[in-house]
Amino acid sequence: MTVVVDVADVSKNFKIHYERHQSLKERLLHPKTGSTEDFSALKNISFQMQEGETVGILGHNGSGKSTLLKCICGVLQPTSGEIRLRGSLAALLELGAGFQLELSGRDNVYIYGAMLGFTRKRIDQIFDDIVEFSEIQHFIDTPVKFYSSGMYVRLAFAVAVNVNPDILVIDEVLAVGDERFQAKCIDRIRYFQEEGRAILLVTHSADQVRALASRAIVLESGLMIANGPVGESLRIFREHLLGDTPSNEVNEHHSAEVHIDSITTPTGSFDVQSGASMHFDVHITSATAYSGNFVLEIFTRDGVLVSRSDAQGAPINLMPGANTIGIDLPNMPLLDGVFDVNVGVLDPRGSNVKAWGEKVATLQVTYGGRQSGLVELDATIRQN
Amino acid sequence: MEHPTSPAAVHEGLMHAPVRVMSARVKLGTRLVNLWGRRELLRNLVISDIRIKYKGSALGLLWSMLAPAFTLGIYYLVFSVFLKNGYPNYVIFLFSGLIVWNLFQNAVNSATGVIVDRAGLVKKVSFPREILPLASVGSAVIYFLIQLGVLALFLLVFHHAPDWKMLAILPITFATLYLFASSVAIVMSAITVYLRDMKHLMEVLLQLWFWMSPVVYSYSNSLAPQIHRHGLTLLYFANPMTLLVLTFQRTFYVSTDVHSLLSGHALIHMLPKWSAGSFLYLNVAMLGVMCILFLVSLMIFGRLEGNFESEL
Repeated sequence: MTVVVDVADVSKNFKIHYERHQSLKERLLHPKTGSTEDFSALKNISFQMQEGETVGILGHNGSGKSTLLKCICGVLQPTSGEIRLRGSLAALLELGAGFQLELSGRDNVYIYGAMLGFTRKRIDQIFDDIVEFSEIQHFIDTPVKFYSSGMYVRLAFAVAVNVNPDILVIDEVLAVGDERFQAKCIDRIRYFQEEGRAILLVTHSADQVRALASRAIVLESGLMIANGPVGESLRIFREHLLGDTPSNEVNEHHSAEVHIDSITTPTGSFDVQSGASMHFDVHITSATAYSGNFVLEIFTRDGVLVSRSDAQGAPINLMPGANTIGIDLPNMPLLDGVFDVNVGVLDPRGSNVKAWGEKVATLQVTYGGRQSGLVELDATIRQN
Repeated sequence: MEHPTSPAAVHEGLMHAPVRVMSARVKLGTRLVNLWGRRELLRNLVISDIRIKYKGSALGLLWSMLAPAFTLGIYYLVFSVFLKNGYPNYVIFLFSGLIVWNLFQNAVNSATGVIVDRAGLVKKVSFPREILPLASVGSAVIYFLIQLGVLALFLLVFHHAPDWKMLAILPITFATLYLFASSVAIVMSAITVYLRDMKHLMEVLLQLWFWMSPVVYSYSNSLAPQIHRHGLTLLYFANPMTLLVLTFQRTFYVSTDVHSLLSGHALIHMLPKWSAGSFLYLNVAMLGVMCILFLVSLMIFGRLEGNFESEL
């Protein structure tokens, strides 16, 4: 295993201008005013990425994740510290940022390829693959100013993934294109993973990180507050970053008022037969009385969301001290497999997380019937 | 998709891949290596720059000839016909200096605002930023080569042979010119990010600079005696354009002394009577200076580029 990305003690400061003096006259008249303030966007970030690893970076807007990505891609220079990269890197930062509107898609493939650092010869070899992947065969000789935004992004994505970089950096770009193209992109990312290439993925979507990444990093106000397995990082991300009261003490990983302690079953076991009934008790400690929503999520082991359900408008009322919330599943619809259970307490509108329990339980479902897949479908098949 | 690469092959490739380091300061050597490594991008930018400029125009690249042709015509009319300077073959004299000046002016003018204009690219895509001003110089070089072709045509039409010995020196002069234009372009493009009115200031400065260089007038005939008397010769030659223009004029116009076209046919001393050897010596020395200047300009650029993001 080789380290492909080595971020060592990287900080980045920006100058914020309160009054911009950009003309000579203004600079001469106000040599000292035009006050600037240093804003620290990244504070002593260190982490490494091995080859073949997929790392997710989570953080809300302004947490510094885009700045970190830009430093890694070489768009920004770190103020201190250094970043070492081994192998070629292709970044999907702002797809199509290098496109020349007046020129055709064909010309832009070469220009964009050159910007990513690849030679004309290399692009010649993969040109047909790029066009095929982007699905714009008929418009490849049309100036890109006539492209729809979807075509634009598809072409840029096609170039970046077809040059087969050793390190692929993706920033919130999987949200573009129609669902089919998105699925194609995810497919290509999985294919990259199989080839042992490294992928750095920045996203707001916890589901995407869960589905693709093997490790996640959480940034908050320029500090790295988590770097570890996806489940653990997601718990910290949810509890800390989406918490009701944005606290500045970044080492506090969960909201002080509400905490999910554990989840138990009456039998003490999480093994269940398909079709059987099941009951969970979720033990929650609350500092104050709190009324909010409750959410239950069930995931497959590869991170596919099977179901997310909440208290359906009936708030749960937490008392100061220990509370128990009961969950009844009258008829387990899942077929055999192992499933992860997440639970959380949300505010009444369901938009902020008060407390989050990521993978608090592992559900072991056994099934004796003939159906296969995820859920039991009560289907009867007969001749009409 | 049809040719999956095995993880072992990817690993093998990685082991041979160079390590790139990104830190606060990029060392000068690294800068040069990076620039060389991205020459393909430079070529692409120059080509797309020219193609975009003339896309959809009926005359295309001909337009790049029209402006210099116009300037040439006006100067010829004013100085040769109206003011009667009496220089024989004045068009060739004028043109051989003007192409040198045009390269410099085009390069510096378009490079000055290039980083501000391409802010979107600078903030989103990773590449050595010096490539943008260098691409402006590259486009100017293309126009220069076209004009050089036209000059060659002129020489053929007028049956005017260049000085072959001097022609051998010309690649050195061209390299000097390229490095000088690039240095100024690189520094100006970075300064403009911080001081936006550099663009306007530069237009004025270039006007002044043009008349300080012996393009329209003959250095030896109209200026040399006076500035020599005041001991300003060295100062006049501190302008690198002077030597570059004189070398081109000496190569293509050739004659150092000519007979005036006016009545009396007085002898005019057009160009310095230096031997080709002296020109070679001066040009090589100037090339050395320009190499240093180019490195200095890259260092200045490196100092200034750290804060581009917050200024753009």
